[in-house]
Amino acid sequence: MTHTKGTGLPVLLPLQATAPRTAGLNLSAWHGVVLAGTLLFYAAAADAAAGPAVPSVAATIWKWTPLLAQGFALNIAISFLAMAIGTIAGVPLGLCQVSLLLPVRAPSWFTTQFFRNSPWLVLLFYCMLLLPFQIEIGGTTIPLPGWFKSTIGLSLPVMANVSELVRGAVRSIPFGQWEAAESLAYTRRQTLWLVILPQCVKRITPPWMNLYAILTTSTPLCAVVGVSEAMTLTGNILNAEGRTDLLIPMYLYLLLWFFAYCYPIARATIALEKRFQVQ
Amino acid sequence: MTPRKPDQPLVEMRDVHKTFGRLEVLKGLSLNVMKREVICIIGPSGSGKSTLLRCVNALIPIDRGSILVEGQEVNDPKLDKLALRRKVGMVFQQYNLFPHKTALDNIMMAPIHVLKRDRREVEAQARALIRKVRLEGKEASYPGELSGGQQQRIAIARSLAMNPDIMLFDEVTAALDPETVKDVLVTIRQLAEEGMTCVIVTHEMGFAREVADQIYFTDKGVLVEHGRPKEFFANPRDPRTRQFLDQIL
Repeated sequence: MTHTKGTGLPVLLPLQATAPRTAGLNLSAWHGVVLAGTLLFYAAAADAAAGPAVPSVAATIWKWTPLLAQGFALNIAISFLAMAIGTIAGVPLGLCQVSLLLPVRAPSWFTTQFFRNSPWLVLLFYCMLLLPFQIEIGGTTIPLPGWFKSTIGLSLPVMANVSELVRGAVRSIPFGQWEAAESLAYTRRQTLWLVILPQCVKRITPPWMNLYAILTTSTPLCAVVGVSEAMTLTGNILNAEGRTDLLIPMYLYLLLWFFAYCYPIARATIALEKRFQVQ
Repeated sequence: MTPRKPDQPLVEMRDVHKTFGRLEVLKGLSLNVMKREVICIIGPSGSGKSTLLRCVNALIPIDRGSILVEGQEVNDPKLDKLALRRKVGMVFQQYNLFPHKTALDNIMMAPIHVLKRDRREVEAQARALIRKVRLEGKEASYPGELSGGQQQRIAIARSLAMNPDIMLFDEVTAALDPETVKDVLVTIRQLAEEGMTCVIVTHEMGFAREVADQIYFTDKGVLVEHGRPKEFFANPRDPRTRQFLDQIL
């Protein structure tokens, strides 16, 4: 609703809340160019300093690439799973936040705020330490590996952010939509599922993708709790090589991997935002 | 529900009071709408006209007084609001079409999901309604692709698809470009001529004079005066009415 001129309804002005935006990654192509350029520069400088006796930086990096790719695959797997769990839990939590019943609304609001405002690393440690090594269901023992526990840890803030996206999107739908549906004798549930939520999907998709990119770039946090993902492996590689001249190129190389993965997502998010704005 | 006498009003408002916070919007308003009657409510902005309409279909609960719609008390905590709203159609200033649905779907949704009617039958009715509001060919258009006047006529068709007994119009031309106002008014006049009971809140004095059986003038939450259009516009009795008409005409 753009204006309410002359309705004589001061208290029925539409809620002008907009969907909260997660802090953006704002990746641009030149970030990648700078990363790649710096990598080449350091590699060349390191080679010049080391002389012909040792294998070149490029050759060393190439040698370890398959292992790094394995680690990176785990990062992607963790990000996928944490996003899925976080979304599946976060959407109902967000819907509870717009419930008319205070006993439903209040705890879901508290849960959302608690996990949204906790540092991700702290949540990660909590999950690592509090979840058991294994669980027994009906006599069968199911092990809970570290990567799975840290996935749960990462899915908690995702859940809270998704919940907040859903709440914000529902609130951002003009009040007139509710009124129109109500006047057509829709129940509240019908209004929500047939009128409000379908309109929310469009509004949520870009910030949801942005949240995914942020989650992906946060998966190296799992290195701190001992998961063998790309960050941990890069450390292991550097230890094995024992060459200080590799330090900067190796980490730059890892950065490039994340950039190559997240940049297309950032571009797609912007493209979607623009498309939805037009309509 | 008591059986209705034939001469009983379709809508009967008695001493309706409504306060928003400290602002008293309706201060004891009473009016009747007979079956097949068309009434226009006019008055300055903020005089409670839109609020009054929203009280009729229980979008806004009233504080004191009584509103009977077809003999059913609206100001009753046990009221079946959904049953009431199925009988009362409403059209809004901002059209409020559902932007994610085509014109045809906007019209079909409520009969299918609320009245649980057969989809094919509803579609036939919806297409007929689109012809009635003279928008053939716009069935598959989304609201964003239609002009304001076209959207408003689809909104009218959407309400009519519920087969209401009464239609409420809340300043339905106030947000429109002047050149599209006429199409909407023609549609409403056609409904009125077909015998639809209509309560119209409007600033279009020419239209009100032409279409209304009764004109009600409200100011600051009270009903100042009412009468048949000819007498009302020719000899307004109350000084407030005269002042308002002088400003607007």
